[in-house]
Amino acid sequence: MREVAIIASAQADNTSTTTSTPVEMLIPVIQQVLANASMTKTDIGFWCHGSCDYMTGQPFSFVSAVDALGAWPPIIESHVEADGAFALYEAWMKIQTGEIDTALVFGNGRSSSGDINRILTLQLDPYVVGPLWPDDRSIAAMQARACLESGVVTERAMAEVAQRSHRNALTNPKALRRGDHSIEALMAAQLVADPLRELDCPAHADGVTAVIIAAGDRARSLAARPAWIRGIDHRIESQNLGNRSMTSLPSAALAAHKAGVANDKIDVAELHAPYSHQELLLTSALGLSESTTINPSGGALCANPMMSAGLARFAEAATRVMNGTADRAIGHASSGPWMQQNLVCVLEGE
Amino acid sequence: MSDDVLRIRTPISIKYQYSAGPRVSSHLLGLMDGRFVGKRCPVCELVYMPPRNGTCAKCGALLGEDVEVGQRGTITTFCVVNVPFLGQTIKIPYVSATILLDGADMGMQHLIQEVDAADVRMGMRVEPVWRPREEWQPSLENVMHFRPTGEPDAPFDSYAGHL
Repeated sequence: MREVAIIASAQADNTSTTTSTPVEMLIPVIQQVLANASMTKTDIGFWCHGSCDYMTGQPFSFVSAVDALGAWPPIIESHVEADGAFALYEAWMKIQTGEIDTALVFGNGRSSSGDINRILTLQLDPYVVGPLWPDDRSIAAMQARACLESGVVTERAMAEVAQRSHRNALTNPKALRRGDHSIEALMAAQLVADPLRELDCPAHADGVTAVIIAAGDRARSLAARPAWIRGIDHRIESQNLGNRSMTSLPSAALAAHKAGVANDKIDVAELHAPYSHQELLLTSALGLSESTTINPSGGALCANPMMSAGLARFAEAATRVMNGTADRAIGHASSGPWMQQNLVCVLEGE
Repeated sequence: MSDDVLRIRTPISIKYQYSAGPRVSSHLLGLMDGRFVGKRCPVCELVYMPPRNGTCAKCGALLGEDVEVGQRGTITTFCVVNVPFLGQTIKIPYVSATILLDGADMGMQHLIQEVDAADVRMGMRVEPVWRPREEWQPSLENVMHFRPTGEPDAPFDSYAGHL
């Protein structure tokens, strides 16, 4: 196995709406991540992009993203129809082949182009569930209700997740939503999809994240303290909701096990749990203890830029390893209804 | 078996709000005025018309200043459409061509009419035929088609770098 590390990252400010094209949004962030690493385009061996055409409503819209890279002289690039974190996983594997030593990975999406809660319906099984047009919040609310009734979570614990996330986001200038709310106020807020309240739901945003990864000594030469990827694993559950547990996340537990989460203590975990009750399910599946700081960035409740929110978690976790505030951290990305897919990455300083 | 469901129809409808972005907007506003407005790359100085996504694909840079290019242009390459297809609105055979407007560095695709398909050639000089002004939208469809100007053909070397 080749050693690979995250050596730089950059994020756009998360916004609720933007008039720029997705390609125009990408360029400053691509330029920033290269500048942060003191690299130029020709230093990058592989480019890998995560986005979703359903968000723009344009087939093959991802191809235009190559315009943001400056593909002359020719570059080697790839795309995943998923969050940029899954593009990072592809790039990590590409480095394992020995063909390349560096990769620039990015994810972007403009949630404001359409009704994101309805667009997400299109990821459901298209025969039995999709035609009923349950929106994303309704699907999540069913899961939250099942968790409450089985006693796996409580409304108070959900409010505590929302409180901590919004407080943490007070120090994250990129966040879309932040605030200091009392538990009582959070629990008294109006329901938007019973039992979910607005601040239990993801703050869908327009955003971009870019990350550079590099192998071995190349990483050491590019960063004072690279965030080494010590384990990374991606697991997927059934697309059929009827085959799924509503109150646990076995794919996340398996990914955490394969990535070696339990091998040592975790200082910081940046988790891509779009809904408050999902964070509770996820921390349980990952086996995290009280000593782990969860989502110091505020997480997806405070900014959920579709298709880059997972990669943003990797960037936030890596930043804390690189600046020495954490020795061992988790970057996590999820995708699909009820967090159908889970990608867990363990990052360590040297 | 005869009661089994073999097919279902599941109509899908999603509304999107398209945003052209600030750079393409100046191009679209130009079309509302009967002008072809492209943009120059601040790095390589090539003039994009139309200005793609507001970016230079070669440099990965945001496009800079507006550049109004000429109304006339040169056919750099073309194809003759002989195949009928669903929704076809133009009588075949017809010609779809890449037209390099005077002063632009990128060709744009448009329809060639008012000439036999067999007579269309690389280097042919063409001009736009605009729809009546009251029908103009922020769209290249304001131009119904291009037609030959009757000028002598442009020499190959004049557009060889733009193919």
